[in-house]
Amino acid sequence: MNNQIHKLTEKFYGSLYRIRRVEEEIARIYHTDKIKSPVHLSIGQEAISVGVCEALRPDDTVFGTYRGHAMYLAKGGNLKKMIAELYGKSTGCSKGKGGSMHLIDIARGVMGTSAIVGTTIPLSVGYAYALKYKKSDSIVVSFFGDGAVDEGAFHESMNFATLKRLPILFICENNLYAIHSHHLRRRHSDNIYERARTYGMRAERIDDGDIFKIYEFTNNYVKQSMLGNIMPVFLECITYRWKEHVGPNDDFHLGYRTKDEAEYWIQNDQLKKLKSFLDTDISTKIESEIELEIKDAFEFAEESHFPEANELYTDLFKDSKCNGF
Amino acid sequence: MQRILSYPEAIKEAIEQEMTQNPSVIVLGQGIDDPKGTLGTTKGLVDKFGTERVFDTPLAEDGMTGVAIGAALAGLRPIHTHIRMDFVLLAMNQLINMAAKMRYMFGGEVFIPMVVRSIIGKSWGQGAQHSQSIYPLLMNIPGLKIFAPSTPYDAKGCLTQGIRDDNPVLFIEHRLLYYQRGYVPTGNYTVPFGKARILANGEDITLVGISQMAIECLRARQYLKEIHIEAEVIDPVSLSPLDINTILDSALKTKRLMVIDNAWMTCGAGAEIITQLIERNLPRDVVLKRMGFASVPCPTTPSLERYFYPDAKTIALNAYQMLFSGKKTWQPRTELQIEEVEFKGPF
Repeated sequence: MNNQIHKLTEKFYGSLYRIRRVEEEIARIYHTDKIKSPVHLSIGQEAISVGVCEALRPDDTVFGTYRGHAMYLAKGGNLKKMIAELYGKSTGCSKGKGGSMHLIDIARGVMGTSAIVGTTIPLSVGYAYALKYKKSDSIVVSFFGDGAVDEGAFHESMNFATLKRLPILFICENNLYAIHSHHLRRRHSDNIYERARTYGMRAERIDDGDIFKIYEFTNNYVKQSMLGNIMPVFLECITYRWKEHVGPNDDFHLGYRTKDEAEYWIQNDQLKKLKSFLDTDISTKIESEIELEIKDAFEFAEESHFPEANELYTDLFKDSKCNGF
Repeated sequence: MQRILSYPEAIKEAIEQEMTQNPSVIVLGQGIDDPKGTLGTTKGLVDKFGTERVFDTPLAEDGMTGVAIGAALAGLRPIHTHIRMDFVLLAMNQLINMAAKMRYMFGGEVFIPMVVRSIIGKSWGQGAQHSQSIYPLLMNIPGLKIFAPSTPYDAKGCLTQGIRDDNPVLFIEHRLLYYQRGYVPTGNYTVPFGKARILANGEDITLVGISQMAIECLRARQYLKEIHIEAEVIDPVSLSPLDINTILDSALKTKRLMVIDNAWMTCGAGAEIITQLIERNLPRDVVLKRMGFASVPCPTTPSLERYFYPDAKTIALNAYQMLFSGKKTWQPRTELQIEEVEFKGPF
């Protein structure tokens, strides 16, 4: 393994491990009801967020969904503020008013996640429009699941993005299920990325969850954009959700999917794979630093205060004054 | 000399002046750059400001509302224009689930400076899907501000305020208001949210007319004047937030108040206004009433459409009955010609 690949492997491993362990901790304490908010865990799907976000620059912007912990953390979102947000504390990234489904960290380019399927797709397109209008060379990444492809707003957004040649990368995290409904019960053909092509953009599929392939694809896009080759690009990443749709548990007993189906993805776990590439002392060092950070974050959330009653009425509107450009 | 402009001219002037002063203002919407330019209100803007700032959109109301929100998040000030208010129904997901809530649900981290313009249709058989006034639905949603001005002066001032406001603003126009002419200052000015306007003073009854119904109320006032009834006419202008105090003061003075809504009545603006008055301990002897659309979809045939809407005569008749408790009879004179009510101002 050459030095550059080794460095990347360490970086990817750290980011994957951090997200996995944060979510395992969320799952571990969930039964205590300290987190009074629905959680949609990304466990099993982290490599997509990490592969994409590691290739982005700090001033690139991401939009995502209610299954957004991985994206938020991979893009550099503040962990303490995220856990405090799940706890409903005033120190949370949304002051406790958003919970797990509404994470934001503008300083790190995380523009917000939404609980309504497909809603952030047009927002990311509009954001990309503004970037192009302002002649910025940064890009937008729009993360969404395969369920969002069913929504009209998805198609409306694809059309407008290519019509205006916007700097946006669409990332479809196809984990095969919308809640409990298999995607081939919801559409005629397994051709999400091919549909994107019909709108006039380059579209590819990575079907094995390989983090390096996802990174390379994104890195390529970022470089092309910086050279001025601005067009929307679409990437469908096949993946798999290990846990239930919402909540901390497994749900194979429900019978809508089989453990066998999951087995391929569990064997193919990018976290495990990357660890096997690293020397034990290196992975142990990475892990122990992250464990400390996670412990700190949960303590911070525990010790933080809940918002005061008068917070109920704040932040509905912004005081108006005309902002310059 | 006071300069007289039409309602659409006032709208166009507000947009043009704000675009000139602030490069972050953009205008998008179906057909806004076509030869007719949204009934004249956006005509010529593309020549002046270019296709990046003024552009036609695909027929994708929900998606394009999201695009406007996204652009606003990135610092632009989009004006998204719908030539019919009915089309806003296609954008409800983005408008209600996103625009109205994002600032609050992200703890004040973002703001959405955008304007949604929409025009209510009426007359010449606009029918069930081209005449709806859905502002009562939207008044139900925290996080949206709503203007429905009836005069050219307020149209320019409210729209300027809406463009400069850092929040999602709905700007509601009415097709028949496009015939209104009135005093409009040449320079920039704003009309504030949450301030109703008394269009005419009177002692005997208060008529609160929303959007184009404010004009019908002024006409009704002319009929009533013939029989020496002086009606006070109030245009709320800003529906959300609502200036209930101006309306309350008038109700306390005249002891009779009727809200004439430009929409259906159930759970409507009239229901809201009257309830707020009652909650402010309005004396029990004040007589209250509301008028609005008949509770059916709007028919196209003129023979039925005339019964669907309140108009100057039915408003005058209802006002008369409130004053005399149905003890006397009266019909507004049919031959009375009431000219267009122009607002000479200044306000």
